[in-house]
Amino acid sequence: MSTDLIEPARPAYRQPSWLRRHSPPYWLSLVGGGWMLLFFLIPLASGLIVSLETGNPVSGYTLTWNWHIYSQLFVHSDIPYMTFFIRSLYYGIATTILSILIAYPMAYFIAFRVSVRWKSPLILLVLLSFFVSFVIRTDMWSFVLAQQGFVITTLHKLHLVSSNFHILGTSNAVIGGDIYNNLPFMVLPIYVALERIDRRILEAARDLYSNGRQVFVRVVLPLSRAGIFAGVLLVFITTVGDPVNSSLLGGVGTYTIGQAIQDSYLTNQQFNVAAALSTVLMVILGIIMFAYATIFGTENLENLV
Amino acid sequence: MVAVDDLTLELAAGEFFALLGPSGCGKTTTLRMVGGFEQPSSGKIFLGGEDITFTPPYRRDVNTVFQSYALFPHLSVFDNVAFGLRRKGKDKDEIRRLVEEHLEILGLGGFGPRAATQLSGGQQQRVALARALVNQPRVLLLDEPMGALDAKIRKTMQVELKRIQREVGITFLYVTHDQDEAMALGDRIAVMHGGKYEDLGAPQRVYDEPATQFVAEFLGACNLLAVTSDRGELRLPDGASIGARPASMADKLDQIAQVGVRPEKMLVRRDGAAPAPSGPATNTVSATVTTTIYLGATSEYELVTSWGAPLHILAQNISEADRLVPGNKVTVTWERDHGFALPASPHAAPAPMGTANDESDA
Repeated sequence: MSTDLIEPARPAYRQPSWLRRHSPPYWLSLVGGGWMLLFFLIPLASGLIVSLETGNPVSGYTLTWNWHIYSQLFVHSDIPYMTFFIRSLYYGIATTILSILIAYPMAYFIAFRVSVRWKSPLILLVLLSFFVSFVIRTDMWSFVLAQQGFVITTLHKLHLVSSNFHILGTSNAVIGGDIYNNLPFMVLPIYVALERIDRRILEAARDLYSNGRQVFVRVVLPLSRAGIFAGVLLVFITTVGDPVNSSLLGGVGTYTIGQAIQDSYLTNQQFNVAAALSTVLMVILGIIMFAYATIFGTENLENLV
Repeated sequence: MVAVDDLTLELAAGEFFALLGPSGCGKTTTLRMVGGFEQPSSGKIFLGGEDITFTPPYRRDVNTVFQSYALFPHLSVFDNVAFGLRRKGKDKDEIRRLVEEHLEILGLGGFGPRAATQLSGGQQQRVALARALVNQPRVLLLDEPMGALDAKIRKTMQVELKRIQREVGITFLYVTHDQDEAMALGDRIAVMHGGKYEDLGAPQRVYDEPATQFVAEFLGACNLLAVTSDRGELRLPDGASIGARPASMADKLDQIAQVGVRPEKMLVRRDGAAPAPSGPATNTVSATVTTTIYLGATSEYELVTSWGAPLHILAQNISEADRLVPGNKVTVTWERDHGFALPASPHAAPAPMGTANDESDA
């Protein structure tokens, strides 16, 4: 038992210093580190600073350390930012859950039920929608689903729906668009996790008195948890901050925080408001993800890559 | 493609049975059929008199130790071993007792909380064994379980596996391509080739008196002397009459084409030295040394007989004076019972294709 480890003989030559042997990886990681610093940390800090400025689009903004902006946005605000936040989180959660339910069987099918020859073509099909800009694709959906569009006119002709039935402008349309646009981000990590499962482990489970359902619940599902975890991160974060699906497929009742940030920045040029909302969104997402990671474990994410 | 063809094996309860053969001979397929991972296209599998041919693996009272161990990477050692018992719905205290007991038997006491994937190969092997044995199956299937271990741990593990098998008294069906391992472990071994077994019996019998040329050569080095049978006698090409084990010659005298002798069973003397043993129970052949290889404890000699056939001999290095050099004229002798007669065509005519037959009874 303990004889398994045999101390290797010390090499006779002088080893290069620790620094020389180990520094290349650090040097290489500087590129990624620099990238993060330049495009993540600096905007983060500058976003926080911009949010503390006061002024107006005409005379410009100055830094006045106006922390009140954060309370002004949510307490007695003319615009119901809190509602937008809650609505966005609801869209995010609904999209994430439904994406898992749709993507898991797809990934399972490609990983376990398809011959090796067909795996790559099917994965390509999953990714195919990425070949077209997602704004264009979403706009096409609004065209297809419009009152005069193909879907609704057909439903009308078949007398399947009442004359005032509509799809666009509803929360369901927004969630549907979110799912459609983010599905590959859920399918791919789950597929990778399933593909990595050693098939002999499944045989071992069957050998140890597990029927099909038990093999799935006791072995396949726990071993693909890392994939679900990664998919949830990707889909949830993208969906909560997304302004495109809600503006193209939604209506007045589906206004999200992503749209609010975009409009306050681009249309109203309230840079401080946009920055403050972004910061709050980031903090909320950070807290949710931290809680999620603590509950489901982060080492799973490392197992995947 | 037929991987296993018309194979009937019967295992006795509590037996250590080794299925030996080169890769592609169908031994793993046989094991997988017994485990329930593959279905025979025809034929039946019985477990203690009960037909289990179409019983799914999770309802068979059979457990497998996989070549790659196939431990559950998301579970601890304890949970790996407890996996089968939990699926069978045993109560918690009994599971704990059985798991601890089996971890102890396998020298893994205290390893329970560790992650299975953090262990060394030898330890993972033990966990895989414990995970299967803890269910106390009627038959334990082992699919080249030592394949991934290095030579040193392999030896230790072999000794231990034998001890464990005696201790738990479960029938072991052990698949391997390593003839030393099969002979060291098996109470009986079956040598498989082309989807059938060519010989089956106690290791010593199979080694000393193999049924076919394939078996003879697969189990170790072997000298094959061409013979012709002539009025109840076997004659070498130079006309000398030789004998072989009577059992190997019974009722097939006219089919015999070769006599096999193991290299370590042949004695070689330089002509003119002390007289070679002779008598009715001894076979004698004259030869010339062509190559000698000194290996410390033993020497290997390549010889050529007077009629040009090669001989390979393994001799203990007892006295310096007995050592041979190339060119020496020598006399080779061996006891008649150390020779085994082999039929003309080493592989019997193939059976009609398309019938896979596997029967196993434990």
